[in-house]
Amino acid sequence: MLTYTFRRLLISIPTLLLIAFVIFMLLELAPGDPMASMPLTIPAEVKQQMREALGLGEPWWVRFPLWLKQFFIVEPAYWIDSAFGTSLAEGQQRIISFQSRSPVFDTIAQRLPQTLWVVGMSYVVGVLIALPVGIISAYRQYSVFDQAGTFVSMIGFSVPPFFSGVLLIVIFSVSLGWLPSIYDTTHQVRDWNSFVFQLKQMVMPVMVLALQTTAQISRYMRAAMLDNLGQDYVRTARAKGLSESVVVLRHVLRNSMIPVITVIALGIPSIFGGAIITEQIFKVNGLGQLLIIALQGNDIPMVMTLTFLFAVLIVLFNLIADVLYGVFDPRIRYD
Amino acid sequence: MTDRTANPALPAGDPTPVAPVKDRNQWWDVWDQFRSHKGAMAGLIFLLGITLFCLIGPWLWGLDPAKLDIRNKDLRPIINALWGAENVSWAHPFGTDNLGRDIMAQTMQGGRISLAVGWTAMILAILIGTFVGVIAGYFPRLDGVLMRLTDLFLALPLLPLLLVMMLLFRDPLRAAFGPEQGIFILIVIGIGITSWMQTARIVRGDVLALKEREYVLAARSIGTPSRRVITRHLLPNVLSPIMVSATLGLATAIITESAISFLGLGFPPDYPTWGKLLADAVPRMVSFPERVVWPGLAISLTVLAVNYIGDGLRDALDPRIRGL
Repeated sequence: MLTYTFRRLLISIPTLLLIAFVIFMLLELAPGDPMASMPLTIPAEVKQQMREALGLGEPWWVRFPLWLKQFFIVEPAYWIDSAFGTSLAEGQQRIISFQSRSPVFDTIAQRLPQTLWVVGMSYVVGVLIALPVGIISAYRQYSVFDQAGTFVSMIGFSVPPFFSGVLLIVIFSVSLGWLPSIYDTTHQVRDWNSFVFQLKQMVMPVMVLALQTTAQISRYMRAAMLDNLGQDYVRTARAKGLSESVVVLRHVLRNSMIPVITVIALGIPSIFGGAIITEQIFKVNGLGQLLIIALQGNDIPMVMTLTFLFAVLIVLFNLIADVLYGVFDPRIRYD
Repeated sequence: MTDRTANPALPAGDPTPVAPVKDRNQWWDVWDQFRSHKGAMAGLIFLLGITLFCLIGPWLWGLDPAKLDIRNKDLRPIINALWGAENVSWAHPFGTDNLGRDIMAQTMQGGRISLAVGWTAMILAILIGTFVGVIAGYFPRLDGVLMRLTDLFLALPLLPLLLVMMLLFRDPLRAAFGPEQGIFILIVIGIGITSWMQTARIVRGDVLALKEREYVLAARSIGTPSRRVITRHLLPNVLSPIMVSATLGLATAIITESAISFLGLGFPPDYPTWGKLLADAVPRMVSFPERVVWPGLAISLTVLAVNYIGDGLRDALDPRIRGL
């Protein structure tokens, strides 16, 4: 198991380098110019100096390794410095955003809590709803509950977040006036009232995202339960006289969770990147919105770093999902 | 299995000679099974209906979706007349927007674009996916490379990259092909090359299993070239998983196009698509919530219909379920 994990980690390094290269070249080959929005009255030689100040003077084979060095060496060194008070990264250039002229990772660190809080919460809520729904749907297959569950998950698959979110705003903010339509990031929870306000402003974005998670995971849960409910060991367990709850919740559920856990792990990267639209609708200033702003402002270092971070998360959680599969299912042998 | 010699619907004791039986192939069985899936039939009817609405509608309706009519701006939908709204008009049953453009004509025009993008992008994705899958499954030497490529694409953050592509390549393509044509090509290619991976994996798996079958061995032993084995023996047998993933691909393509348009990175402003209409309606949804609902419903119902069709198709194409 350990050797397998280690081998997978080693393989993921060239994969990540290749992904970084693809993203870098896509941004490099694209004809967009970060200087395009500058006034035309700026003389050509000043423009050239400004380009060099942005670090654009060198050819790509110099800049790409430089970016890699900044991402993998300088930035971690800075974190270590700020955590332990060392001076590893003394005087080294960090990745600087074109727009704000501040280090990219500082901005990301400011935006991360909102994304984790709203989108992560929605994932937890979605999974917590999906698991019981999937279990009951499978146990009572073709019942009214199962049919309703199938229909709701069909809707979850079909209604895009930019419609469900807007619809919720129209109903609950515009018509009923119960919930605020804009997520206030500066709000701080101090007492009971502010806690209630925080809950209120989180309900809609969380529900919009949770609907999608629920739709997907409840389907997987149902399919996995159905696969296991027909197995011989279930009949054996019932024949032994075990109670129905022990059979379903202990024997069947445990075995059905194996594929579902990997699906849940695979979905975690989408927490960070997949909520772009929902963050845009509810004006949550998280990572997704940061990416949109960076894109519109031609902020290449920010776009590059964010996209690559999303890719790192995807590769990492693919690895985690595979390892978890081996941990939970002793029949799987990777060696 | 597929050729039935007698019509089973006829009563057994019927003495009259049976009329020449219509030649039934496998697709009639598939169709029969498909018809028994109520959701899929409803979805098919809805999809055909909305396609006709968007294709033929503009000719019948005859209003130009871009025509400004400031005197009749901000009309409400005709249904509001039921509870006595004043500013409604039978000339604009869906109402008009803040510049007096007819919303029904815009919905039709937007549907044309959205459906066209969805279909073209889906076909492109299916073509790439099938090609990669068949090549990877059939030629073991290319398998490793192509599957690593597929894994690489699966590890890319697709929506962010799609947005990056939209933003960075829009100007040269607009210059080369004109504003609408250029963006259309860009969106279709963008969605196409970011959504072929699932198809490729499914097709590869099926081809790997199929190419060990006896009939493929027989075909090869009489000297059939690889190209013909693929087109004649393998492709027809992987058609059903391809069709199922095609329906799913159509649904995702429509949603992705709307998402790009919603984020303001899609077609130019005066060029309606469903996602664009929805995005344009959002700032004024406090006063005119219905304008959000029309395009949103159109997108959601179309995708729902396509998903149900895919569901029915999966059952209909599975020979283990069919005929029960």
